[in-house]
Amino acid sequence: MYEFRVQVGPAAFRIGSAWKRPVNELAELYREYPTPDIADYSVRLEATSLIRRFIRPSVAINGDYILPDAAPLPLAQALLAAEMGMNLQMALGWRRHLLLHASAVEKDGKALIMTGASGSGKSTLSAMLGCKGWRFMGDEFVLLDLLTGAVVPFPRLISLKNTSIGAMQATALDGRFGPLLRDTPKGEIRHLVPARDAIRAMTQPAQPALLLFPSFGFESAVREIAPSEIFIRLTQASTNYVALGEAGFKTLTRFINTVPARAIDYRKGEEAEALVNQLWDDLS
Amino acid sequence: MLLVDALRDPSSTAALDADGWTALLAMARAEQLIGTLARRLSGLPVPTAVSEILEEARVNAEYQRRSALWEADCARRALVDYVGKVVLMKGTAYAAAGLMASEGRHIGDLDIMVARADLPKVEAALLAAGWEWVKDDAYDDAYYRDHMHELPPLIHKERDRMIDVHHTILPPTARPRPDATTMLADAVALEDGLYVFSHADRAIHSATHLLADGELDGGLRNLWDIHCLLTECTQSNFWSELQSRATHHDLWPAVQRAARMAHRLYGTDIPSGWRTKHWRDGYYIRRLTARDAWGRGTRPMLRLLFYVRSHWLRMPPLMLAGHLWVKWRKRP
Repeated sequence: MYEFRVQVGPAAFRIGSAWKRPVNELAELYREYPTPDIADYSVRLEATSLIRRFIRPSVAINGDYILPDAAPLPLAQALLAAEMGMNLQMALGWRRHLLLHASAVEKDGKALIMTGASGSGKSTLSAMLGCKGWRFMGDEFVLLDLLTGAVVPFPRLISLKNTSIGAMQATALDGRFGPLLRDTPKGEIRHLVPARDAIRAMTQPAQPALLLFPSFGFESAVREIAPSEIFIRLTQASTNYVALGEAGFKTLTRFINTVPARAIDYRKGEEAEALVNQLWDDLS
Repeated sequence: MLLVDALRDPSSTAALDADGWTALLAMARAEQLIGTLARRLSGLPVPTAVSEILEEARVNAEYQRRSALWEADCARRALVDYVGKVVLMKGTAYAAAGLMASEGRHIGDLDIMVARADLPKVEAALLAAGWEWVKDDAYDDAYYRDHMHELPPLIHKERDRMIDVHHTILPPTARPRPDATTMLADAVALEDGLYVFSHADRAIHSATHLLADGELDGGLRNLWDIHCLLTECTQSNFWSELQSRATHHDLWPAVQRAARMAHRLYGTDIPSGWRTKHWRDGYYIRRLTARDAWGRGTRPMLRLLFYVRSHWLRMPPLMLAGHLWVKWRKRP
């Protein structure tokens, strides 16, 4: 088993692979991240059978926490397999913060959180804002501290999909992209290494200041949302709300009671950026 | 084995380096013993990274305990008009009775036992309260009803939780024939009207589950239950009672072997006359401890042997051949 270890925010991963290549790819893309001693979670990229180790290699995603019916991926998509494995450990295992399926960026010590179904553009928006003066805090999971309510960064590699790949190639620096993965279950995927400063600041939390529910593909608009609806949508966006019991409830209700929220519609990245800046300026 | 040593003697972890800790945690997760390990290591000095992982395991175990007791209460309310005894089994029973075996324990499905003659009534009450069948396969359904010690599994459509309704503790096709009627009769009432088995029957059921049924998957956790159940019983006549009950249920060999293995692996204090040597115990212990530093199962040939053994124990040879034939023809 080839081994690679990486620290992302508060979580330390150990990734084992039956092949050398995925470990090399991970080491290259995560080169600016710290290496932990003791791993919180282990992920294993294993051959689905002895034959599939050598002929048309097929990667089964295993680890401390697994989904029994997870489909294997071809070896060329091992980076995606590792990413899915790491996400799964967080989604099923993490109990140290309230975990929301959301993205976040920071400015002036305050955090903007974006959540929504996949395809809403929350990941691409966080990546784009991360290139325009904001600090990228994470494109997949937002961790809320159970005592202080602060947003704890989880700035893993940004996972760009389909049309957002082209959009970010025009914005982000060369040399920070992973290989283009074609024909994955989610279409085309290309990983982007977050800005060096965002990685360096990955232990610094920020108080949440604004929550947005973006929707991509509609004419530019801003709407208010009732706190009751926000509550329901965030319980659905959390993988550990129920498991955390009272601590989860307290953290979530405090978040909703103190953080202003809006739904925004947009058709282009620039529109979303203008809406975000306008709402952000209105806060002060 | 690292995990067994840590459970048996928590202070032995003082010698672990970073790789040792990572291996121990991966093994404990694979065996669903991380919550138990966290409880065993409470108060001992461990590296900061480890203490955070163990705290997470404690939070999760508390959640499992809370949801298991809630699920038991849901079943109690669904069966409130049923006059017979509803006996909680395994993890939920240990939690409801406040036993040492429940400390940090992973708890999955809800297991209950009722009188065999009452199965239709109980089944109807659960279906009316929102449980539904998991399997829609006619062969599997008929197989469960004709040859198993439990109904086909039910799942609650809103809470997504499974319940297994047993009428005895072993498939009727297995060779030992435990006396389910006596087990029910001697079950002890809890405050809320649910029941748990008597001390001796709890240990007998756990040993049966480990050794007379199944392929020893997750066996280290099961053996830890046995260690706790045997350690917690301090009445002077417990051991003779256990032996005579186990003999009555046709399960003395399983109970004796389970006690020997708990003694060998976890240092359980058992009567000196029970600490005999058996050459076959070594295979069981090698199967139980077949895990590597990544949490992967090892010793595939031994695993296969125990898999074959589990089917051999469960049904007579001709029936097994027929069952495998049907399963082979239905394979995807």
